[in-house]
Amino acid sequence: MSTTYDAIVVGGGLVGSAIAYGLQRKGLSTVILDEGDIAFRAARGNFGLVWVQSKGTDFPPYAQWTWKSAESWAELNAEILDITGDDIGYSRPGGGELCITEKELESRREKMLRLQSHAPHFKFEMLDHKAMRDLIPDIGPEVVGGCYSPADGHANPLYLLRGLHQSLQAKGGALENGGKVTAINRQGGTFSVSTAKAKYQSAKLVLAAGLGTKDLATMIGMNVPIRPQRGQILVTERLKPFLSLPLSKVRQTSEGSVQLGDSQEEVGFDEGTTSSVMNRIAHRAATMFPHLKHARIVRAWGALRVMSPDGYPVYVQSEDHLGAFAAVCHSGVTLAAAHALHLAGSIADGTLPDELAPMSAQRFTNA
Amino acid sequence: MHRIEREDAPEFTFEFEGEPLTAREGDTVAAALLANNHRSLRTTAVTGEPRGPFCMMGVCFECLVEIDGVANRQACMTEAQSGMKVRRQLGANDLGKGPSFDDDEGASS
Repeated sequence: MSTTYDAIVVGGGLVGSAIAYGLQRKGLSTVILDEGDIAFRAARGNFGLVWVQSKGTDFPPYAQWTWKSAESWAELNAEILDITGDDIGYSRPGGGELCITEKELESRREKMLRLQSHAPHFKFEMLDHKAMRDLIPDIGPEVVGGCYSPADGHANPLYLLRGLHQSLQAKGGALENGGKVTAINRQGGTFSVSTAKAKYQSAKLVLAAGLGTKDLATMIGMNVPIRPQRGQILVTERLKPFLSLPLSKVRQTSEGSVQLGDSQEEVGFDEGTTSSVMNRIAHRAATMFPHLKHARIVRAWGALRVMSPDGYPVYVQSEDHLGAFAAVCHSGVTLAAAHALHLAGSIADGTLPDELAPMSAQRFTNA
Repeated sequence: MHRIEREDAPEFTFEFEGEPLTAREGDTVAAALLANNHRSLRTTAVTGEPRGPFCMMGVCFECLVEIDGVANRQACMTEAQSGMKVRRQLGANDLGKGPSFDDDEGASS
């Protein structure tokens, strides 16, 4: 007994859910096959930035794709609000990066100029301590300055995930938490996907299962080289609003909690936390904002980013199996709008957007 | 609210919003305040609505109070002590940056 859909998306995280919602939105009956809580669940552990500055500094196609998504985010936000009635905490007040040393500040300036050299629409300002203090009054004396870009924003990543799931279901799509996909076969023009509980059939198949994508892709002869990279996040008690815009390593949510993070660790599939990394994150946060020394940390966790060899997203269209695609990246929040409103439409038409050709897995075999 | 009498537990005095109250040894701050008919212990960080102890076992975080100058303490997880100074947690913690505990508006947004 199997159920037939127009499209099957394997992976119920931010990438899979955005694509699935986008496919359903284009009129394809779509099911998400989600592995469940045994999966690594990057979408449950991330920071919530809709971030443009620093993305694709040395890789123009990624910078453009990021820009397109950031520019489409308001539309996605409005759709989710319209369908579900839920505010997912999205705003675009611009974003900042604080620098503690002159060297960091100079390196940031160079990076932003490199990004602007191929992305002339990208605007930023380098601010000295005083200008940064005018923008964010609570910065500490050791902050030498930083970078501000009006292009950046943030959202609540958990509300976004729920919003995508609910929007998919409201439009008639399905979300199945039936465990691991155990087999993928293709006969004629139809994919058969099996889980321990059920079997599904479709003409289109999208693998967007984060770190699980590598093994799934080999089932149909695709190569998606990805590895885990750990990030740790600390969350404070709810505090009176003091940060009107998100920073790359510090973000205050609409409820008042402050998230501190941005470690990058190569530790395999270990999702744990370490006191040395948490200490470093807390120390840097207290240097940026001295009053945070008195804030209490109420939660901390480690989560695994989905990283390709060069850190950029991977979008694959199978050459052997028409209708099979894979999409993986570590920027599921930022790219949610591009995935839902642009990528899904192309997949519905049976192809990948031309602008994503530079982000195929080919780049790793041609090198 | 009616307290189960524990005559063997000695009584002592602590303060809530400057008012001296009686507790018995072993009471949590939340239990002692409920026994003194104080049910609203904080206002929320987002909308400023009043809240009080709910789960009494450390999971709901509805009973947050300021204890001896430290904000956001869980009243249900903290044993009351003689001389302890307890105040309502009004809105989110401002980390001592503003006069939050003297105004009665709580936090907005």
